[in-house]
Amino acid sequence: MSVETWSAPTETPLSAAEQIGKVSIIISKGSLDGVYPGLIMANGARMEGIEANVFFTFFGMDAITTKRQDNIKVATVGNPGLHMMTWLGSVPGMSAFATHMMKKEMEKLDIPPVSEFIEMIADSGAGVYACKASVDMFKLKNEDFAPCVNDVITVGEFYEMAAGGHIIFT
Amino acid sequence: MTVVFAGHEVEIDHEGYMQKPEQWNKEIALEIAQDVGINELTERHWQVIEYMRKRYMEAGSAPSIRALGKESGVAIKELYQLFPKGPAKLAARIAGIPKPRGCV
Repeated sequence: MSVETWSAPTETPLSAAEQIGKVSIIISKGSLDGVYPGLIMANGARMEGIEANVFFTFFGMDAITTKRQDNIKVATVGNPGLHMMTWLGSVPGMSAFATHMMKKEMEKLDIPPVSEFIEMIADSGAGVYACKASVDMFKLKNEDFAPCVNDVITVGEFYEMAAGGHIIFT
Repeated sequence: MTVVFAGHEVEIDHEGYMQKPEQWNKEIALEIAQDVGINELTERHWQVIEYMRKRYMEAGSAPSIRALGKESGVAIKELYQLFPKGPAKLAARIAGIPKPRGCV
């Protein structure tokens, strides 16, 4: 066994330009499978030491609305990924059942409920923002939002914030 | 590969994570911490490092960031202050355990 002097990782290190330094993630969908991927990407970015902002828009706004964030459901109709016949998906209670099953599986992987997850992401130093157009459209007020929401911003402000990084739309 | 940390021969992977936690000691931890840009390990750092080791020895894997925040006694906000470049990875590296593989 050879003994080497430890310096840096031996893989060719990425140059500063090749590394991802910042991501801005847009969450625009209001289903469980629409919200979680963006949250996992945001949390994962912070875990890697990457700067992250999360911008909620359209139906994604439910994820930061206190009354709604823990009642987000899996769509059982029009969701081919579930491999469920349309008539079966439309049976009352089917969406609630699928949601329950999915949440149970996620809990096993230590993926927190939406409200806790967003708070965790905010605590990790990521910015959490609501879209101004959606706030106006849904007639939402500041008190409707989870306390960890930093601000309501316009699309222009979002782009300013995202400058120099990558934008991920979900 | 085998390298020398603080005068001890240790097994590491290509990213610098120790592969044999039993080879670890506190001097090694200090040296790894310096390598990753943490110049001083405070009592709070040690609390996280010791939790990481305990958890790894018990469960055979590193904790998720959620578990780390709930069970180490150091909340997520402070974890990121202590280990700004990613608490789960950095604390695992300093604690001398293999790289965490979880997505959360």
